[in-house]
Amino acid sequence: MSILVNKITRVVVQGITGKEGSFHATQCKAYGTQVVAGVTPGKAGQEVEGIPVFNTVRDAVRKTQCDTSLIFVPPPFCADAILEAADAGITLVICITEGIPVNDMVKVKRALRGKNVRLIGPNCPGVITVDEAKIGIMPGFIHKKGVVGVVSRSGTLTYEAVHQLSTMGLGETTCVGIGGDPVNGTGFVDVLALFEKDPETQAIVMIGEIGGDAEEKAAEFIKKNVKKPVVSFIAGITAPPGRRMGHAGAIISGGKGTATEKMKALEAAGVRVCSNPAEIGVTVNRALGR
Amino acid sequence: MNVHEFQAKQLFGQFGVPVPRGREITSPEAGAAWAAELNTPVFVVKAQIHAGGRGKAGGVKITKDRAAVPGLVKELIGKTLITHQTGPKGREVRRLLIEEGAAIAKELYVSLLVDRDSGWPVFIASTEGGMEIEVVAERTPEKIIREAIDPAVGFQPHNGRNVAFALGLPSIEPAVVNPFIQMLGNLYRLFMEKNAAMVEINPLVITGDKKLIALDGKVSFDDNALFRHTDVQQMRDLNEEDPLEIEAGENNLNYIKLDGNIGCMVNGAGLAMATMDVIKLAGSEPANFLDVGGGATKETVAAGFRILLKDPNVKGIFINIFGGIVRCERIAHGVIEAAKEVKINVPLVVRLQGTNADEGRKLLAESGLKLEVANDLWEAAQKIVKLTGKAA
Repeated sequence: MSILVNKITRVVVQGITGKEGSFHATQCKAYGTQVVAGVTPGKAGQEVEGIPVFNTVRDAVRKTQCDTSLIFVPPPFCADAILEAADAGITLVICITEGIPVNDMVKVKRALRGKNVRLIGPNCPGVITVDEAKIGIMPGFIHKKGVVGVVSRSGTLTYEAVHQLSTMGLGETTCVGIGGDPVNGTGFVDVLALFEKDPETQAIVMIGEIGGDAEEKAAEFIKKNVKKPVVSFIAGITAPPGRRMGHAGAIISGGKGTATEKMKALEAAGVRVCSNPAEIGVTVNRALGR
Repeated sequence: MNVHEFQAKQLFGQFGVPVPRGREITSPEAGAAWAAELNTPVFVVKAQIHAGGRGKAGGVKITKDRAAVPGLVKELIGKTLITHQTGPKGREVRRLLIEEGAAIAKELYVSLLVDRDSGWPVFIASTEGGMEIEVVAERTPEKIIREAIDPAVGFQPHNGRNVAFALGLPSIEPAVVNPFIQMLGNLYRLFMEKNAAMVEINPLVITGDKKLIALDGKVSFDDNALFRHTDVQQMRDLNEEDPLEIEAGENNLNYIKLDGNIGCMVNGAGLAMATMDVIKLAGSEPANFLDVGGGATKETVAAGFRILLKDPNVKGIFINIFGGIVRCERIAHGVIEAAKEVKINVPLVVRLQGTNADEGRKLLAESGLKLEVANDLWEAAQKIVKLTGKAA
């Protein structure tokens, strides 16, 4: 068991003929992921490392029964690419692209509401279920099959946490990067719920950062619904206080958004919060009584 | 990206949001000519810098005497304003906005931004205009009105009515209710069409003759959407930005200057923040935030060094790279090459982990460079803090 993706997940890579797209499609395939199709408009008939390229996601779905999309399309065209995947019947869209205009994501998020599709990202490293499927840009080799589920707003900081877990012999089940953009698809709460239900996952690492109130919402959820031990690190305690805009944003969420506030909320929910990012691994170890 | 008040008001004007008649002025002569043309009982001369608190710092002058206007221009241009948002060094005034004064009967507050949680644009409004909205929110949260706009259909008249009635506008001044609702619709259009990150009017004034007018205005834009708006790009004022941050931007580096003395260079924003945090935990303070991004090359590492070393506060440098797609041996080559070009005269600690980390560490160890190599994060942070001494 695992969450979101596994051995039978069939992946289409949107933007597969670009530099990033072709490199990572190849890497994912090498990890063992079933990368069955690619899409670049106007390039149907080509192949990338043996992966057939189609003009549209609709064609790719018809010909290959792909169910999950990995997106590398450049920011100006990315909102359209996400909506194209949803429209074609893809049920899991993982968007790596960084730099999508916020108002584009506002429209995308609204359009996906009520549809049978889950969006992960954008601006995220993707999802990996260890030894089954890597659908993203994370380095596969740092992961080890194990018992910890990881969910994070950051990319390289997730690698740091995974490295500690792997080195200590704890290993991971699935690692999910939900992305650092202000408006994204799947949030902490959804992923925490999935990990809580997953029999293989024994502990959860949640990596947050300053801004917004996703961590506070997660804390509320954990208090009520999560019985497994949760270890958390919140990046940005030394970050300078946001300027005007940060403040106005914080008004909406009721004065939340600083690292200290988030850590307090999580601790109150029974989460073991590390102030030192180098201690994520040992804290999980302790939480599991090892 | 932020713009000046006069630019925000130009945009308001384009979108049918009422503003005082005004013009950007940079010389006493132009000030005199504009004052003659403006021909109003009260002249307002406002310093244009990207920071709030200008009034308290002496950056806003009001006069009824047209002949006094050029003198005020002369007084303000070149003056350094220190406000709570400029930092202790202050900001030099290079341009002014000269506009007609307004007879204020009531001050309101209106802003619009995206709520991260719902992903919907939200209006924030209050009857407590002219005050800092953070203070209002903290002391009297019941005076903050929120109205979320469904992006699928955009602003609807009922959204406007919800705000107007919640503010009690019909009893404050019934004549402005309909113009107010229309104005909110126009602000929403500006926000979406120009990819604004925030639009704020504080105060929004009801005048003695029952008109609405945006007496101050602030607009900031989504940097990710600037490629769509050449008109907005042209509003950028480089004088208002930190020179090191500009140089970093030109090299595709994400850099924010801070006040500590340990410079850090990291790949990834989250890890960069965590690195700053760990420096503090080890007993010192970070001099900056610097994310070299996922595609760090020899050139970006060299540019990073140049920028870090231009900050005179930097007493040591901590490079923290978790190689994923970025390979550590390339970063090591970058450090070695950069050290040939840029004279590094402060202690340097390099922590490499991830893809090809062993190779990278070996290269550095054999390079003959004066640096310390570390394997893990905490070890590296303690090393650099020890080498630079505690924060001053």
